[in-house]
Amino acid sequence: MRRLLLCLTLPLSILTSCQKETEVARANREGIFLMGNSAEPKSLDHQMVTGVPESKLVGALFEGLVGDDAVGDDVMQPGAAASWSSNEDLTEWTFKLQPEGRWSDGEPVTANDFVFSYRRMLTPDLAAPYAEMLYFIENAEEFNKEQITDFSKVGVKALDDLTLFIKLKEPVPFLPSLTRHYTWFPVPKHVVLQHGDIADRFTDWSELGHIVGNGPFKLIKWRFHDVIEVDQNPYYWDAANVGLNGIRFFPIENPYTEARAFLAGQLHTTYTLPTDLIRTVKEDYPEYLRQEPYVGTTFVRLNTTRPALDDARVRQALSLAINRPLLCEFIMEGYAPAKSLTPKMGSYEPNPVLEFNPEKARKLLAEAGYPEGAGFPRYSMLISRPSARASAEALQAMWKEHLGILVDIQNKDWGSYISAQQSLDFDMASAGWIGDYLDPTTFLNMWTEGNGNNNTGWHDAEFERILDEAAQKAEPQDRLDMLKQAEDILMKEQPLLPVSWYSRNYLLQPNVKGWHPLLLDNHPWKALSLEP
Amino acid sequence: MFRYFLNRLGQGVIVLLVLFTITFFLVHALPAGPFQTEKAIPEHIKERMEAYYGLDKPLGVQYVKRLGTLGTADLGASLRLEGRDVSEIISQAFPVSLQLGLVAMGLAICIGIPLGVVAAWKKNTILDYSAMALAMIGICIPAFVIGPVLADRFGQQWQALPAMGWSPLSPSYWLLPAFTLGLVSAAYLSRLTRAGMLETLNQDFVRTARAKGVPEGQILVRHCLRGGLIPAVAYIGPAFAGIISGSLVIESVFAIPGLGTHFVKAIEFGDEPVLTGIGLLFGILIILANIGTDILGAWLNPRLRSSR
Repeated sequence: MRRLLLCLTLPLSILTSCQKETEVARANREGIFLMGNSAEPKSLDHQMVTGVPESKLVGALFEGLVGDDAVGDDVMQPGAAASWSSNEDLTEWTFKLQPEGRWSDGEPVTANDFVFSYRRMLTPDLAAPYAEMLYFIENAEEFNKEQITDFSKVGVKALDDLTLFIKLKEPVPFLPSLTRHYTWFPVPKHVVLQHGDIADRFTDWSELGHIVGNGPFKLIKWRFHDVIEVDQNPYYWDAANVGLNGIRFFPIENPYTEARAFLAGQLHTTYTLPTDLIRTVKEDYPEYLRQEPYVGTTFVRLNTTRPALDDARVRQALSLAINRPLLCEFIMEGYAPAKSLTPKMGSYEPNPVLEFNPEKARKLLAEAGYPEGAGFPRYSMLISRPSARASAEALQAMWKEHLGILVDIQNKDWGSYISAQQSLDFDMASAGWIGDYLDPTTFLNMWTEGNGNNNTGWHDAEFERILDEAAQKAEPQDRLDMLKQAEDILMKEQPLLPVSWYSRNYLLQPNVKGWHPLLLDNHPWKALSLEP
Repeated sequence: MFRYFLNRLGQGVIVLLVLFTITFFLVHALPAGPFQTEKAIPEHIKERMEAYYGLDKPLGVQYVKRLGTLGTADLGASLRLEGRDVSEIISQAFPVSLQLGLVAMGLAICIGIPLGVVAAWKKNTILDYSAMALAMIGICIPAFVIGPVLADRFGQQWQALPAMGWSPLSPSYWLLPAFTLGLVSAAYLSRLTRAGMLETLNQDFVRTARAKGVPEGQILVRHCLRGGLIPAVAYIGPAFAGIISGSLVIESVFAIPGLGTHFVKAIEFGDEPVLTGIGLLFGILIILANIGTDILGAWLNPRLRSSR
């Protein structure tokens, strides 16, 4: 077979001369970073997108009030704001903008740009999908839901050209960290209005040739499903400290293609690495492999309106029968066994309540009326990605072995998988959640009643009362303690069964400098440089 | 003849209308809407998004409206890559698919037809068996096996050719995907050419030519090739349209920015304007390819001309 392939491919090799220099070697010389970015962005208007690939691009073209640090997740660096301060109860914040701040067309970045941006994001007719990220601001939710129409009542003001004042509806100790999320980034008022009204969706302003940003890079080329190229922005306030001349984002959807391209010397880093390639890479190319914790959790979502699953004892039994360390060792390589829902972040560490205890599981199941699984309804677990099948099969086997319960696996395309969950038309679903910011509320708030991401049919008055109370606490440690209590309730009730804490598995060329493990994986582009 | 082709074109327009109607209603029957995202979009926002694109109107109204805009040659805007015109998407992706398809078909013709001619000429010899065994392998091994193997060898291990990407001016980017894409067609072409050539080689006029002492090469090229190619030519037209519309696997394996990726993404996200736009383009291509094949067939085969 190998000889035959050689015969087939030999003429091709004669037709082409060998490449003298890999694309990475050439890019190293030119100071250009080549990156796999998984998917074509929906748009570069960051007020209109929700995805991770978009966030990578937006981070190169725009900058929030506070900047990311290359090494520490908790370290805040100056961004569009040079400094910031708050009142004692953390509800009023004042940001002083960089005096040298410029858009990539040379216009100054002002506090009015930020006010305009937040107004645009919250304008009901714009229908920005992620507007709720701004609901921390006083009256923002009311304005977005048309309960008030006067924007001057929303807690954001420009005190002068360089001073932005934000009044929050409750204390938010992590506001500086929150402003690092792209939903808080500014849009250039003068350019947006030149191409349409504040409420116009998807005008030309964010397209090649028009888009103007305040980040370290500016857009120079955009070809669908091919490449997006950005070069250094000379007007950036900190341009002297930008280590790269440009970045090329390749929207490679097939992770195997991406890995091959990396090993063929066409990329500096990959977006991901398929789990089944990890072992080969560990053996053959250990110098490239990166496995780092990521602020995300995989879990099984349960429909608690179904018979049997509406009983907390059954849900606990299902959870106790999952051997998480075994799963992580053999199937979800690099991932850590989940000990609760929220992974450790900063000074928050949830109680490690999840354990593997088949005996206790069987006891609980018997108490609920299903001894040895007898009479338990035959449910199916929904999956969408092929990569989820192996872990779903492992769960299936564990429940059969330890509880005598038979569960089917049902594969659906992505759209059907999502809509089945949103309409509660499922039994169990293999799912995951990536945090938006470094605070446990990004994992806990979604399990409240009516939240669009809950999709379990479960809600609990006590859980919501504690979350509300925690939101009013100005003292950070008290607040985290209360959130821990809320998480304990959630883990006792188990409308979801956490399985593992995410790890980012990917490949990185060793000559990339300034790239360190970060929980949110938001590497500040300006800190990167390439050794020849 | 002219009337015949005019007639065919008229039929083509009806086919396109049916194609659009079926695609339109099938997309709307998909469970996923264009605004289905992993992180749920709040209901009040989703309603406004749907109102913005007129998706809140009854399906019949939407259909008539879309038909009206299509009548003015406006393909509409994508719902997935919101705000981008379908014509802009097609104008970027179609040249890539076309170029890839042309190179693949060129390679298929250059490999398949000579192989078929040689196999027919040296019938039942080791040359014939090897050529046909090669063809069978080409038909049997799918592109998703050949593609990654080639990318792995030439790209990753020998670093002789790029393992992914596309550059319209640099042949090194075309070779692996075009070869992978063209292999199946080359295999079919060789088998069809062999069959066609064998039929012609058994004709009386060939025996006469041989008896008159015409050199074997001249018999093959001048006397038999034209007639022997008829089955292959009939295959090339539809196969070419198929190559352009069916290069999805190759596009995924080599990360090529062609139409296939847009097509599949449009299905995944219920992006009706892109789906109908590309569907119509494929429809036009297949119709034109069939008409082109008919013209070429008529030129090659005088009997066809008189029968019309």
